[in-house]
Amino acid sequence: MAKIIIPTPLRKFTNGQAIFTSEATTIKAVLVDLGEQHVSLNPHLLQSDGSIQPFIKIFLGENDINTLKNELTEVNDSSEISIIPAIAGGSN
Amino acid sequence: MHEVTILKTELEKLEQHAIRDFPNECCGFLFGTAHQNGKTITSAFAVKNNKEGDQRRRFEIHPLDYIKAEKKALEENLELLGIYHSHPLHPAIPSSHDLKSAQASFSYFITSVNEKTINNTSSWILNQQQEFEEEKIILK
Repeated sequence: MAKIIIPTPLRKFTNGQAIFTSEATTIKAVLVDLGEQHVSLNPHLLQSDGSIQPFIKIFLGENDINTLKNELTEVNDSSEISIIPAIAGGSN
Repeated sequence: MHEVTILKTELEKLEQHAIRDFPNECCGFLFGTAHQNGKTITSAFAVKNNKEGDQRRRFEIHPLDYIKAEKKALEENLELLGIYHSHPLHPAIPSSHDLKSAQASFSYFITSVNEKTINNTSSWILNQQQEFEEEKIILK
């Protein structure tokens, strides 16, 4: 099963669960599966039209899915998926 | 006021990082443990400022460094408690840019640095209105 690492700031929506596994075979299907299991997490992952929220990045291993097939990127039992919030800022 | 405890050694470490990277902004992760009475930061971990352009006023952490941080926390049975960065020649107060990317539950340590001198370090956390509230820093 594909493994997805939930970032710390979103774990309040997964009852503290850090790792989620899914039998789904694409990134999009894994995210939908995750959102169905943790409904309050859903709006932080997907927009109302089903696309991935622009303020998060999704990586498959060390690759941004934007460099692969985006949400249609296929995953398998050895896949490790990361949800990454934007970490940035500055003084002025 | 919320409280956040940090080991003195780790506060010194992140402040030295701010001096070392002056005039650019530095950044890093804060690891530790969360408990009923608050949280205790036991490790400040420096990472590269990945911002393209003017690093004197901006910082950005690369997604791969973020992945490593989450994995480090899981492997070492720690929690990723926050982010630190410096404000060279600016006060240790979060800016609108800091607010724009702020994540709920994280403590944001900001160090105001003036070349070789630390002015002060403060910590901030988002409230339910998505505004920053200052946390009281307790040294251990």
